[in-house]
This record gives sequence, structure tokens and C-alpha cells, in this order.
Amino acid sequence: MSSIPLTADNLDSMSSPSDRLKVDHFRHLKERVIESIMFLAAFVSVVTTLGIVYILVSESTVFFRQVPLSDFLFDRQWTPLFDDAHYGIMVLLSGTITSSVVALLVAIPLGTIIAIYLSEFAPFVVREVAKPFLELLGGVPTIIYGYFALVFLTPLLQKIYPDLPGFNLLSAGIVMGIMIIPYVASLSEDAMKAVPMALREGSYAMGATRLQTSLRVVMPAATSGIASAYILGISRAVGETMILAVAAGMQPNLTFNPTEPGATITSYIVQVALGDLPHGSIGYQTIFAAGLTLMLMTLAFNLLGYYMRKKFREAY
Amino acid sequence: MNDAANHESLPGLKAEARNLNFFYDKFHALKNINMPVYEKKVTALIGPSGCGKSTYLRCFNRMHDLYPGNRYEGAIEFHPDRTNLLSPKVDPIEVRMRISMVFQKPNPFPKSIFENVAYGLRVRGERTRSVIEDKVEMALRGAALWDEVKDRLKEQGANLSGGQQQRLCIARALASDPELMLFDEPTSALDPIATASIEELVSELKEKVTVLIVTHNMQQAARISDFTAYMYLGEMVEFGVTDQIFIKPQKKQTEDYITGRFG
Ligand SMILES: Nc1ncnc2c1ncn2[C@@H]1O[C@H](COP(=O)(O)OP(=O)(O)OP(=O)(O)O)[C@@H](O)[C@H]1O
Ligand SMILES: [Mg+2]
Repeated sequence: MSSIPLTADNLDSMSSPSDRLKVDHFRHLKERVIESIMFLAAFVSVVTTLGIVYILVSESTVFFRQVPLSDFLFDRQWTPLFDDAHYGIMVLLSGTITSSVVALLVAIPLGTIIAIYLSEFAPFVVREVAKPFLELLGGVPTIIYGYFALVFLTPLLQKIYPDLPGFNLLSAGIVMGIMIIPYVASLSEDAMKAVPMALREGSYAMGATRLQTSLRVVMPAATSGIASAYILGISRAVGETMILAVAAGMQPNLTFNPTEPGATITSYIVQVALGDLPHGSIGYQTIFAAGLTLMLMTLAFNLLGYYMRKKFREAY
Repeated sequence: MNDAANHESLPGLKAEARNLNFFYDKFHALKNINMPVYEKKVTALIGPSGCGKSTYLRCFNRMHDLYPGNRYEGAIEFHPDRTNLLSPKVDPIEVRMRISMVFQKPNPFPKSIFENVAYGLRVRGERTRSVIEDKVEMALRGAALWDEVKDRLKEQGANLSGGQQQRLCIARALASDPELMLFDEPTSALDPIATASIEELVSELKEKVTVLIVTHNMQQAARISDFTAYMYLGEMVEFGVTDQIFIKPQKKQTEDYITGRFG
């Protein structure tokens, strides 16, 4: 370029492209502004996340300076507010695990069946009606589910099993499962819908029934999407707070028996955060250690989900 | 029709379309088609894009039943039992158990090579491991794929090359001992070498099964088929022995298409 001598002629002939360049300049500026706004939005969310991690870790450090990690992990009692204080996170973790397992036993089979039905069996009209309805169900505030468990499901279960206490992990877990169904169903259905028709036709052409096609071809083809749906369901179960706070009793209880009351990590955190413990006391500090545990669990599930997506990347 | 009738010693019939009409909702896609399919022969369907070749082929295994609004009229008689494949009383699954299909784009299932081929057997309720293993090997040999994959039967079918995938799909379609095999442009997504191997395979298949194949490639039809049908705008313009159709077609329209003056 530089070898072309700059004459008046050349400059003249360049005037029209430089006109265009001017317009480009403006567009360029506009794009830069939009880009910056988007970057800022992404930046804010990253900074917030880092901030949360920073606070959890630094406040937990204060906690772990007073409570040895081995006590936190292996102590079988959780009584941070008593004179004889114990800090065994297993007690809260058992509540989280028990209620989550109950919830997933409800949500994964039902969510998957609904997804298969909607994606492979339902007539067009049914799907068009059911999909928004499912999403609506996912938008109901969880505290309403909590009261549903407490005032409707628990009394119902007590008719079958009279010894069931008024607050218990079972009914909270079941309702939590119902709450999670829409997420599992909707995401799994999306994954199954994305399987190309050519695969289904291949299966039908072999003489397969609709059910055989769904279970043996469509589901395996959608594995990674379905796995992410399940993992999102697990994360929702582990992180759910209000249903458990309302219906499961909030009393720390080292048990894997769902018919007992229990506190979970999340319900313990609301309890303390809303209580009148002085900030900075060791009792108050516990919520950060509990929160850190919760975050590490969720992180582990997200990593698992990421790994599953990579491993079973759809190969169609 | 006449060419075929004039030809001496006709082979046995495997299927016969009689006054076949097909509708995509209101759209009349196949118009009054009458055509024989001879046993253990290769019959090619040719014609310009959109003339209804795929639509016709997919009537044979009732693929159109999968979508709402599709409607058949008339009959496809399937021999020796003379079942009308299109009758609402005939279960499409039973039809597909006897008639298998290979698609334009290879569509292996997200399963191992072995399980891809075993699929039809499992769907039919076959449980005996040794039977399945034998049939899978036979089908893979039949599809000229055995030597290439015998040491990697547990690998995913999708790991194979395009040509190998298509042969895997042929093995899959072969494994359940079909009486009629339908091919919808099986080589259009493949390179010339893979195409040649599939063509060879199809020619060999006719020792065991009847083949009905859609192709866009005139040379391919001439090379591998015994009978050829020329379709245009949903109608069967001409049917006859391949050599006659290519050397001395009865209809001007067929001649124009074959000589490339049209289509
Ligand atoms: N699902 C459908 N709904 C409505 N019309 C359709 C549908 N599928 C095909 N058609 C129409 O039916 C006619 C025949 O289509 P078909 O796919 O059988 O053609 P073809 O001969 O196989 O063409 P090609 O060589 O391009 O594959 C075309 O006019 C097409 O637009
Ligand atoms: Mg076609």
C-alpha cells in the first residue's frame, strides 16, 4: 500500500471510500458502546460472584480459627447456640441429603416420564397447552409449596402413617420434588426434541414401537441434555430453602430417616440470619461456614454437569 | 408397463402398487401409480427433484403414518401373501418388520457398532446372545463392513466414516432378514469411492432380497438396476427393463430426462 505514490489524483479517488469510512466510524462507535455495556453487565455478575466467594471464605476463616475443621466435619451434633456448643455440619447435611433424595425420587422419574410423553407421544395440542402450564408451575413461589406441604400433604400422609410428626422431611421432600418436576421435564423435553427426526425414522423403520424408539434411541441421543436437567434438579433441591423452613421443622437432627423432622443447611441459615444473634459472634459465624459448604456442593454438581456435557456430547 | 410385459420370462412379483394415490393433507403427491416390483431384482426410481420418489418409497414401509394428515388411497400388494401394505387393518410395525429402509444421510443410532446392527433383532424380542452375535456378524459381512470393524464392535457407530456409517445402516437393515429393502438416495452424501462400494453391495444384495432404490444419478440406475421407473410430478411416466428404458424409452418425456435435456 505504502508503495503507491500519493498524488492529487489518488487522494481524489480515495475520497469516496473515506466517506464510507466515516459512516463505519459511527457504527464502530455504536458497537463499542454496546460492547462495553454488555461487558459491564458480565463484569458486574462476575464481580458479585467473586465478592460472595470472598465473603464466604474470609468469614469462614474466622469461624475455622475457633472451630477445628475435624470437629466441623465429624462431630455428630450441631448445637452452636448452646453453652455446650457443637459444630458438626453432618447434622445439617443429613437433612439436606435426605430431603433432596426424597425430592429427586419424585422429580426425576416423573419429570422424565413427562418429558418423554410431551416430546414423543403427546399430540401437538396437548404439548402446546402443557408446556406453558409446566413453566407456570415452575414460577410458583416456593413458600406456597411449603405451606402446601405443611397444611395439606403432611395431614394426608398422617392418615396413612399416623406416627408422622407435623414437621418432617418426607412431605417437604415430596413437595420439593413436585416443585422441581417442571425444571427436569422442560429441560429434558428440550433435549429430546432436539434429537433429529432422522434418528427416530431410522428406529421406526426397523419396526420399533414408539416406546422403544423413545427409550432406546431418543433418550440415549439426548443423554447430555437430560443429565444437565437432572443436575439442575439436584442443585435446586440442595439449595431449596423455604419449603424446608416451613414444613420440615428446622430442628437439627442427624438422620437419614425422612419421617423425622430435620434442619437443612439452607433452613438453618435463614433461621440464624433472621434471628437475633449478634453479628460477629461465633454462632453468627456458623452461617458462613454452612454457606460455604453449600456453595462447594453446588459447585461440585455444576462441574459434574460440565463434565457430563463434555463426555456425552450429542453425536448425531 | 408394456416393456416389462413384452420381456420374456418375467421374474416373480414381490410387490405391486395398484392405483396408489397419496396425499400430504390436501396436496396430491402421488397420482394413480401402478407398478410391479419384481422379486430379487433391483428396481430404480428416477425422476426430477420433487416428483415424488421419496414419497412413493416411504409408502412401502408406511413411514407416512408417523406424521398426521397424511393419507393413502389404493393398494400396495405384498407377495407372496398379497397383504395390502396400506390397509388400515395392517399394523405398520408388522410391515416394517418385513421391509427395511436405508436413508439418504447415514443415521446410525447413538450406540455401539454392535448394538446398531443388533437393534432390529432386539426390537423383535430376540434375547439369545449367540443368535444375535451370529446375525450381527452375518449382516456386517453382508454389508462388506465386517473386516473393517470386527475389532471395534464396541465403539460408537458415529465414529465411523460417512461411507462406513452408511454400510453400517445397510447392515442394520439387513440383520433382521427383510424381504424388501428400500434405499432413498443412499449414496448422495458420499464420496465416489464410498459410492462405488455401496453400489457393488446393492447389486450383490439382490441374491437375497428385493431392492427398491431411489437415485438421482442416472449412471447409477443404469449400473445397478434391473428395472427402472421414471416419475414426473407424482405420476409414473414409464416403467420397464433398465436397458430398454435407457436405450429405447417409449415416452419422449423419459428420453428427454435421461439424455439430460430436462431435469
Ligand atoms: N411433508 C410434506 N408435506 C407436504 N408436502 C410434501 C412433504 N414432503 C414432500 N412434499 C411434496 O411432495 C412432493 C414430492 O416430494 P418427494 O420428497 O417425494 O420428492 P422426491 O422425488 O423424493 O425429490 P428429491 O429428489 O428432491 O428427493 C414435492 O412436491 C414436495 O414438495
Ligand atoms: Mg427424495
